[in-house]
Amino acid sequence: MAEFVRVDSSTSGHTMDKSITLPPDEIFRNLENAKRFAIDIGGSLTKLAYYSTVQHKVAKVRSFDHTTKEATGDNLYEISMQEEVTARLHFIKFENAYIETCLDFVKDHLVNTETKVIKATVDKEDEMTCLIKGCNFVLRNIPHEAFVYAKHADSEFRFQTTQPDIFPYLLVNIGSGVSIVKVESEDKFERIGGSSIGGGTFWGLGALLTKTKRFDELLQLASKGQHTSVDMLVKDIYGGSYGSLGLTGDLIASSFGKSATADKEFSKEDMAKSLLHMISNDIGQLACLYAKLHNLSRVYFGGFFIRGHPGEVQALFLRHEGYLGAIGAFLKGAEEDRSSGLMSVSPEMYPMQRARSGTFDMLEMDRLEGKLVNLPLLQDASSYIPDTVDLTEDAHAREYWLYCFEEALDGVVQRAVASQPDMPEAAERAEKFRQKYRHKLQTLRHQPLVLLFSPSAYGSLTVRSLLDTREHCLNEFNFPDPYSKIKQRENDMALKYYQKAVKCLDELSWEERQYALVRGVLAGNVFDWGAKAVSDVLESDPEFGFEQAKRQLEERPWLVDSYDQWFERLKGPPHKCAMFFVDNSGVDIILGVMPFVRELLSRGTEVVLASNSGPALNDVTNGELQILTESIAAMDPVVQAGLREDRLTLVQSGSSSPCLDLSRLDKVLAMVVRERKTDLVIIEGMGRAIHTNYYAMLSCESLKMAVIKNSWLADRLGGKLFSVVFKYEVPATSQHSAALTPS
Amino acid sequence: MAFNGHQRDDESINEDETPTEQPQSNKEMPGCFSNDPNNEAAASAGRATSDRRTSYSTARQRSDSVKKTRPPFPWFGMDIGGTLVKLVYFEPKDITAEEEQEEVENLKSIRRYLTSNTAYGKTGIRDVHLELQDLTLCGRTGNLHFIRFPTHDLPAFLQMGRNKHFSSLHTTLCATGGGAYKFEADFRMMADLQLHKLDELDCLIRGVLYIDSVVSSGPSECYYFENPTDPDRCIQRPYTLENPYPLLLVNIGSGVSILAVYSENNYKRVTGTSLGGGTFLGLCCLLTGCSTFEEALEMASEGESTRVDKLVRDIYGGDYESFGNMMSKDKRESVSKEDLARATLVTITNNIGSITRMCALNENIERVVFVGNFLRVNTLSMKLLAYAMDYWSKGQLKALFLHHEGYFGAVGALLELLHPS
Repeated sequence: MAEFVRVDSSTSGHTMDKSITLPPDEIFRNLENAKRFAIDIGGSLTKLAYYSTVQHKVAKVRSFDHTTKEATGDNLYEISMQEEVTARLHFIKFENAYIETCLDFVKDHLVNTETKVIKATVDKEDEMTCLIKGCNFVLRNIPHEAFVYAKHADSEFRFQTTQPDIFPYLLVNIGSGVSIVKVESEDKFERIGGSSIGGGTFWGLGALLTKTKRFDELLQLASKGQHTSVDMLVKDIYGGSYGSLGLTGDLIASSFGKSATADKEFSKEDMAKSLLHMISNDIGQLACLYAKLHNLSRVYFGGFFIRGHPGEVQALFLRHEGYLGAIGAFLKGAEEDRSSGLMSVSPEMYPMQRARSGTFDMLEMDRLEGKLVNLPLLQDASSYIPDTVDLTEDAHAREYWLYCFEEALDGVVQRAVASQPDMPEAAERAEKFRQKYRHKLQTLRHQPLVLLFSPSAYGSLTVRSLLDTREHCLNEFNFPDPYSKIKQRENDMALKYYQKAVKCLDELSWEERQYALVRGVLAGNVFDWGAKAVSDVLESDPEFGFEQAKRQLEERPWLVDSYDQWFERLKGPPHKCAMFFVDNSGVDIILGVMPFVRELLSRGTEVVLASNSGPALNDVTNGELQILTESIAAMDPVVQAGLREDRLTLVQSGSSSPCLDLSRLDKVLAMVVRERKTDLVIIEGMGRAIHTNYYAMLSCESLKMAVIKNSWLADRLGGKLFSVVFKYEVPATSQHSAALTPS
Repeated sequence: MAFNGHQRDDESINEDETPTEQPQSNKEMPGCFSNDPNNEAAASAGRATSDRRTSYSTARQRSDSVKKTRPPFPWFGMDIGGTLVKLVYFEPKDITAEEEQEEVENLKSIRRYLTSNTAYGKTGIRDVHLELQDLTLCGRTGNLHFIRFPTHDLPAFLQMGRNKHFSSLHTTLCATGGGAYKFEADFRMMADLQLHKLDELDCLIRGVLYIDSVVSSGPSECYYFENPTDPDRCIQRPYTLENPYPLLLVNIGSGVSILAVYSENNYKRVTGTSLGGGTFLGLCCLLTGCSTFEEALEMASEGESTRVDKLVRDIYGGDYESFGNMMSKDKRESVSKEDLARATLVTITNNIGSITRMCALNENIERVVFVGNFLRVNTLSMKLLAYAMDYWSKGQLKALFLHHEGYFGAVGALLELLHPS
């Protein structure tokens, strides 16, 4: 913590607090490598964006050169921690009163002073250009950027998936005042209106009414208030609803209508809440009127604190509402200065962190190396939603999963520490991780209202987002791959058993073998450290065997069972190419998936194995799978031939999540899918086939296989622990492949 | 009012309680004759001009024939809003000696009480300047009185009704506004009165059309501001509301309702906003410690809103942000109560203007009539609205105002008593 004292106040008319306490290291992160700055000074808030490189640890696997006997012990590969440099965009938003202090801080802490471009959005046209640019960018690139808020719906927030077709739309930018802009294309936009009642009104009037100076404090006050003590509602006038007009009793008839009296005191909280309602509704109403007049059905709100207004048009809110101008200024600067070679015109970003520290709001995005695209085989990419359950709308599920993730936290921390035995400060970092992640969980658990007041900070809440956030947190505290050692040990062990397993399968009749292969994949999938029920068993009994897992499996008929259809299909002609999204390392990939893949290859089907680009839990990564596949090829002529003839290919998914978002995949993967005319997609595991994609509709045949290793989920789906989901689907519309499908 | 150097117009609403206008004479109420097929057509067309040709004698004869269906006195129409109760009372002036004898004491006492006072209790006020004299309603000639009091004083009003044995008169009390529903039980319990509840928008439209039709001589009911964008040349002018449809009717009470009116019986509520007169007064009370609308307006007329509103020219030059300057502590300390009241008034008014303009564009309607008690003695808001309509539409939109601002709902309720629709 450092204290900033503003020494000189001669230049500006308004006073600033004499001292502002901020934790600068936490706010202006990675400043020493900052390469480019953009600043957007609005009427009341300043948004600062900078681009810098960050170093963080990544786990790498490297195969031992077995010919030189370099290897120590029985390990197939070695794991090393390396430093990697990634590009990260940082966004910080603060009240204008802090400008000088902040800029001084930034200036003092810049190490490299040559390559700085300060891009301030000052003139009006420029500001608008930046705003639109930023808005287009986030709409195109950030998943769940936009959300719909519906006051009386079951779920108050509904997130939009990224869509290629974003135009035309109405952008309502709420700064100190309000600007309403019609955006028709990337470059064509027009300010069609505005309003003087905006964020400045909230702040100014709020300060007068509550004697509260800070914008954030005002919002805080508002979140605790009851507007009904200040506002005159329809029911205050009517005693109930105004039925003939369909106006409900809770509707505000007159904002501040009850405060028209000299002899009553009103609480600050209530007045702030009423003010917030008044301004939000007013902006929403104007937006609706403008949208109607210009025949636009999509309205995006950006800039401040807005919430919805009912109407015929869909009101969409942007999670990164406050940063549009800064992002745009940043992109514009990047365009104008391509010589720096730092950024492409439309860089791919991934939202990393968002945090609030008092009056400072921060956002960080990492630049991705590859472009992420839709799986070309999605039946309808625009309506695809990866997640099966939205926890924002399902209170029971939310409660369970938040509890579940908190319960599992100790284990995660222990494994994180164990993964770095040579680092003495690992325990300390792990503890920081625990605190941070637990805080997030508890915030969500104890104040589900957080979802209501700042959905922007979280995006949609799903099992996937909880899992991904955990991975992000682990990474942040330099635990890039807590399961690396466990994965290594299990891979080594499973490999020893591979040949025996294959031999057993080969001895079976064709019919018996098809069933045994499916059971093998399912049994392998029981080996999962991500599931609490299983990690307990694995932890206590490392010898828990493959055969034992098979015995645990539910007998047919399974919970979801289309094995008979699959079996019938196998009697038909082979598939052209199968894309297999794999799950865990160890027994799962080696003894479950590989024999299944081997059978497909033998049938004449090409196979593409898609694995995670980066680590997540004990999921096998692309790097590990390369080594494992080579090792198996050395033992198995079928796999060897497959690799040699390029009928077995490995691709990375582009993801580092235990779940799978088929709309954000590595573009190489998409290219391979197209080139090889993939006609079968296999998705394995609870994270990829149940938490996500359970309802995903593909335009080719698909197979979703998973064992339910969570008793609550099993219960909910009507099954029990270790129930099996085997979902084989043939799209009704894919008549072109009818020749390949048995009738 | 020193706003932009304006002089108060002769025709602007007078704040005194003594009438400045000459009594308005000999009006006929068209709706009462709807049994007559000739007049029914005229009435349903929503215009009353043709009825004025009806001679006195024929009217008298006809009224004799409707005498049996005519409701007994007293005739009231009531509009119970969120802030104010508006009451219209018809005082018959053609009472014969015979009638006088028959008239029960209670009725006489109510008539005397209402007509001999201009203020009732601490808060009840009769707007004498709005009184319509020599008006003929259902064959009876008399004066129409306009009375208002705060809704929170309704219990005192009910107590008075009880004391004066109002219920013994067996009259139907036609009431509209939300309070007709909210206080229905109170009327029954406290004063033994049964309310005939009416929809407030139906009443509003009926009242507007009626008042406009009967006020034919003297100052026109409807007026507008000429040269609204030029403060030095801005003057109030009478307007003839002939062929009024389609019409955008903006009722600014505690809250605001915006109606698109296509004929007397064909209208829709386009939208509304909670930022209305109640918001102005509510915020003014909180910001300045005042307690009445008059006080708040008085302060607003002396204030200067630019000290409060952050001019965007502070940033760019151009528009302004309401209360934007109040983000700064120094400026908060230097601002006066008058400035705050002014800024509140300007903010609320401009917002209504902005929403109205968008509705007019969406509904493709060029004529906008502003009514409601927010506009009472509020020339500043009226001129702002006139300015906003004219400026933003480049002269296409016309802002119209009516002298009886807030009383149309109550008038509509009275008409319902005399001629159930």
